[in-house]
Amino acid sequence: MSSPTPSAYPDTPQPDREPRRTGEWPLWEVFIRGQHGLSHRHVGSLHAPDAEMAIKNARDVYTRRNEGVSIWVIEAERVTASSPGDKEALYDPSNSKVYRHPTFFDIPDEIGHM
Amino acid sequence: MADDALFQFLLRMGDNTLVLGHRVSEWCGKAPVLEEDIALANTALDLIGQTQMWLGYAAEVQGEGKTADDLAFLRDAWDFRNLLMLERPNLEFGHTMMRQYLFDAFHHQLLQRLTQSSDNRVAEIAAKAVKEAAYHLDRSAETVVALGDGTAESHRRMQDALDLLWSFSGEMFVTDEVDTSMAEAGIAPDLAALRGDWLKSVTTTLHGATLKIPENDFAHTGGKTGRQHTEHLGHLLAQMQFLQRAYPGASW
Repeated sequence: MSSPTPSAYPDTPQPDREPRRTGEWPLWEVFIRGQHGLSHRHVGSLHAPDAEMAIKNARDVYTRRNEGVSIWVIEAERVTASSPGDKEALYDPSNSKVYRHPTFFDIPDEIGHM
Repeated sequence: MADDALFQFLLRMGDNTLVLGHRVSEWCGKAPVLEEDIALANTALDLIGQTQMWLGYAAEVQGEGKTADDLAFLRDAWDFRNLLMLERPNLEFGHTMMRQYLFDAFHHQLLQRLTQSSDNRVAEIAAKAVKEAAYHLDRSAETVVALGDGTAESHRRMQDALDLLWSFSGEMFVTDEVDTSMAEAGIAPDLAALRGDWLKSVTTTLHGATLKIPENDFAHTGGKTGRQHTEHLGHLLAQMQFLQRAYPGASW
């Protein structure tokens, strides 16, 4: 995993620990496009030695019931994620601005789900 | 029976997939990693699905009112027509994948040719099965290369597996009167001719896996003719057929 080990005492040097699970295959995040026209959606993760095997494993783990037309995989440690600590700064300002949410329109039934 | 050769041929196809499918299913819950566990279980299910089609057709050709289930669960070892290689115990993961690869490389080429069969039913079954076999081959070939060209230990284990299994691979191409009559009728390809293509593709893959093909071409035989199975088939059937034998007609 990519997230740094949290330390309660940042100024105290951490002991050099052996990685706990050496030889483990890297983790891959899997995205599958269910139908043409839809976007790829994150469906889960799995372990694989390389990208090609990750695609094959994703085929076996996530698409056996005809779910997909396209698979993307990305090594989990290559994903840059927002930090939970930044939650307020990132998301709170939008809560008080209802005009940003397009909830004032009646959507005709023929449109289906949006 | 009207067409014993066709019946025998269909038993060979169906018993291969049944016995290998059962062997592969034995990994369920015990594979080295979760992803391989799921992939092996999927492979086993594909093979059992193909068995239903082959043995279903075999039962029709036999004309005794039996079903695919009757053929799978109520025959004894000497009536089975699978290759000896496929009834062998799984041993370790590398051995299982090497066996899978040697068979997949054969199975895929055979099914490709069977899609052109003069027998429509055979062609239809092959057309369905060949897509699954292509994926099985893709997967087992990649694993054989990864392990053969992996660490010193994985390389040694894969070479051991190849040395052990090579003498069982020859049976796939041994031709008897059933094969000759199927080839003459245009139902199935000439197996001896298939061997050249198989050897070519297997040599390329095994070379990529840095493995050495044994020079000895001796072939154990007796599985596909039913002349003499190994002791392992009886144990496999004892487990696979137990329920139907102990509780005849049981269903759910």
